[in-house]
Amino acid sequence: MTRSERPQVLNHELSPSGRGRRAAEAAWRIEWPRLVAGLTRMFGDIDAAEDLAQDALLAALEQWPRDGVPPNPGAWLMLTAKHRAIDRHRRDATFRRKLSVLGGEFVIEDAEQPLPASVDPDLAIEDDLLRMVFTACHPVLQPPARVALTLRLVGGLTTGEIARAYLVPESTVAQRIVRAKRRLATEQIPYEVPSGEDLASRLDSVLNVIYLIFNEGYTATSGEDWVRIELVEEGLRLGRILTGLIPDAPEVHGLAALLELQSSRVWARSGASGTLVLLADQNRSRWDRLLIRRGFAELGRAHALNHQQRRPPGRYALQAAIAAAHAMAATPEETEWPRIAGLYAVLAQRFPSPIVELNRAVAISMVDGPGAGLELLEAIAGSGALSDYHLLHAVRGDLLGRLGRDEEAATSWRQAAELTANVAEQNFLRDRANAGVHRRARSAPTIDPL
Amino acid sequence: MRYLLLIQINPDAAGAAGPDERLAEQMGTLLEDMTKAGVLLDTAGLRPIEEATRIRLANGKQTVIDGPFTESKEVIGGYCLLQARSKDEAVEWASRFLALHGPDWEMGIEIRQLDDPV
Repeated sequence: MTRSERPQVLNHELSPSGRGRRAAEAAWRIEWPRLVAGLTRMFGDIDAAEDLAQDALLAALEQWPRDGVPPNPGAWLMLTAKHRAIDRHRRDATFRRKLSVLGGEFVIEDAEQPLPASVDPDLAIEDDLLRMVFTACHPVLQPPARVALTLRLVGGLTTGEIARAYLVPESTVAQRIVRAKRRLATEQIPYEVPSGEDLASRLDSVLNVIYLIFNEGYTATSGEDWVRIELVEEGLRLGRILTGLIPDAPEVHGLAALLELQSSRVWARSGASGTLVLLADQNRSRWDRLLIRRGFAELGRAHALNHQQRRPPGRYALQAAIAAAHAMAATPEETEWPRIAGLYAVLAQRFPSPIVELNRAVAISMVDGPGAGLELLEAIAGSGALSDYHLLHAVRGDLLGRLGRDEEAATSWRQAAELTANVAEQNFLRDRANAGVHRRARSAPTIDPL
Repeated sequence: MRYLLLIQINPDAAGAAGPDERLAEQMGTLLEDMTKAGVLLDTAGLRPIEEATRIRLANGKQTVIDGPFTESKEVIGGYCLLQARSKDEAVEWASRFLALHGPDWEMGIEIRQLDDPV
């Protein structure tokens, strides 16, 4: 077919109503967490806030297709939600009683005043979102409840999306969220940003929740796939949002740096049909240079803030520094293992944990040989701390294999395979066990950094 | 998903005297909002098209042509690289960007999803 014969393709121009509807839904999704966070402060109740946000969406879906999307959709939705609250307050005695019990900051007279268009409510809204972050990650909740609530209320994911990401039934997630909200209400958790002595430990909890979300995506603990990209992206997005909400906390940037750097490898560490590709075997040209650059920038911010505040680097900044050391190596052979072992030593000293020790054993094996690594690993194993952790056995298999003790290596790898619920990992470890004898020459670790 | 926003501007209808201070400030605020929402990965404006060079391959032969390229009505003036959950969200951010510009601007944004690395 020559060019002139090609049928003319008409660009599909969206009708104003179609555009309005799609814009309403997209804007609502973008604004939803801030909207709910703001309404929660006003009404003192997350459920009431979600109801009002839903009302605002319905109003937008009715009006925007007809009148066009307003210039400031966020402010429009907030104002509409407030007006709906006034309507309901007038008409609905139950709603009235609920509000009077809840003791939010809402004053009917205030809400009657339309928001002046020139006022920039951003600052207050940012504070509200930060209140929501700390509330969703409150230590009174169990970690799975914190994760679900954070994804729902800060990430704006639906319960269905959360359920799909975690491979659990939607009803499980819905129930978890309902119970978590009830817990916050019965414990009378104040809707606020903690201050003073509380702040550090509460911030730890927030960072840990985001780290958990990311890690479940980066190395799925169950299911077929080794990586679940939606959770990686969501964890990374939450980490980025947090850098805007708490810009002066070095560890917030440390965590963001770690997540950017780890994410840069996400496509390289998963082979065809979801198989697992270890750091040493990855095609490094597939590492995402943009994310590496962003990771280094965040790490730079963390260092600068630590320096300014005269603090030593925290656990996330240290882990990010390790990830950065890997990112800097153009080939596995160029990896600066002594530097990495040194960073793990600092990490182990400041934040002791058997998992850190296990990673240090790998680094030591790359500096001083597999025998030295094995010695450290057996010390960890002797304490019994990680006996059910598959990677302890995977690393032992790797170190034994490198020492030429193939039979023992294969046993360790099989043991590791039995201990993981992730199918891609099981397959990888079994293949390793079966091929062990022929692959003795390899000197790459069977474990990736934290 | 990542989306590349290619901002195309008609240089003959690009404001009275290019972007003024007010527009620059509003643009800064929007880009900050996009960063805080965890959406903006990268952005830059481009030098004028007069300084551009085009290199082409046709029939196995390469040709290099220096600007100005007067035949093009709209030229790419900048880009934003976004991380968004859907194309509609990327469209919404693009729409907010366009909305900052007054009636003496004629411009468009082409929104292209980046292919996942294979």
